[in-house]
Amino acid sequence: MLRELPSQTAGPYVHIGLLPAVAGIPFEPDRDWSVLVRAGVRGERIRIEGIVFDGVGAPVRDAVLELWQPDAAGRFPGHDLGADPAFAGFGRAAADFASGLFAFETVKPGRVPTADGRLQAPHATLLIFARGINIHLHTRIYFDDEATANAEDPVLALIEQEARRRTLLARRELREGRVVYRFDVRLQGPEETVFFDV
Amino acid sequence: MENAPRAYRPRDRAWHPPALFPDYKTSVYRAPRLPLVSLGATRSELTAPLFGHDLIRATDNDLLVNGRVDGEPIGPRMILFGRVIDEEGRPVPNVLIELWQANAAGRYRHVNDSYLAPLDPNFWGVGRTLSEPDGSYRFRTIRPGPYPWRNRVNDWRPAHIHISLWGASLCQRLVTQIYFEGDPLLPLCPIYNSIPDPAARERLVAKLDMGESPPHDLLAWRFDIVLRGPRQTFFENRPEGA
Repeated sequence: MLRELPSQTAGPYVHIGLLPAVAGIPFEPDRDWSVLVRAGVRGERIRIEGIVFDGVGAPVRDAVLELWQPDAAGRFPGHDLGADPAFAGFGRAAADFASGLFAFETVKPGRVPTADGRLQAPHATLLIFARGINIHLHTRIYFDDEATANAEDPVLALIEQEARRRTLLARRELREGRVVYRFDVRLQGPEETVFFDV
Repeated sequence: MENAPRAYRPRDRAWHPPALFPDYKTSVYRAPRLPLVSLGATRSELTAPLFGHDLIRATDNDLLVNGRVDGEPIGPRMILFGRVIDEEGRPVPNVLIELWQANAAGRYRHVNDSYLAPLDPNFWGVGRTLSEPDGSYRFRTIRPGPYPWRNRVNDWRPAHIHISLWGASLCQRLVTQIYFEGDPLLPLCPIYNSIPDPAARERLVAKLDMGESPPHDLLAWRFDIVLRGPRQTFFENRPEGA
């Protein structure tokens, strides 16, 4: 049996490879990976934004984040028949070099069952890459206005300390009529975000 | 549409670098301190974005060409090639392979790289491709140079190429670095040494392959990529506690 390659940090220049425009390279000038939606997308359009904070509370301004989620009906593009053709499912965003803020334009994801048929609460997967992160971090974004679904979610239930489940809840707000969910990631400290081993 | 495996072999975290490796100082600020929560993969993890050939243009895997403005990029011309296979040795097709690297002088084309070595006006240092049905892949590029970085007082990165891999599922997601056989900076590098097992480190070292090197043109470096493999699930057990 072979073993997978060991991971190494993506480093501070990760943008060259994953988001070349952010590094200043016109490799694919017309593509904006942070927008998962096209005109006519079904479901509730939302913006997910946040900052990754390090152990001393400083923004991780070189982070690159990847988002993977189903469409508003819980179907994964490329995997499920009937998935919304106006929805990409996958996005990439860079933290802003000055503020550390990242943002995705997406839709509120639908519910997806577990292997044994229980429904999960709406969620998106977030992967985090940055200098000083030796193997990418894997977390989930849940939504704070889904209290009922969250309460029965089998993955949130795996988190032994109930207080830690809160670290995965994006906070809904309305901004000029648009729905924005705020999701900050804390790499260390009393509010350390829950990260998964999958 | 669904032929992805239903489970993967667990990731051996002791094979990978630990999140916290103090010789790599930034990891001290950025390593989570609490244990990871183990998650039996659901469809959210057993799926992955499907990257198609429409994403890839003809020169995307040719770094000798894709950033060219008015001449050839400077430095040792090379081929990077190999196969993408899983832990059972089966080829993994359609893996999105993205790479990025410094130029021959050790300078990245990145707004945040201020190393005094020169930029090469004809080199971007970015490429991507999809693995073929037999798992094979190939790039043409310039051998990158080593460069100093702010860590301990005189740390230098060995020559390396960053590589990002998107396989058939989130469980196979991997980002790592490719090094070069015989580099004297390797044993000095805290990032390379963050991998505990020397056998695992060695797996990131590309090997010179004269047989694949076109004479009077380029040196070829072989680098095989292994992604996590499926765990056989012959029948579904009820999950514990269900």
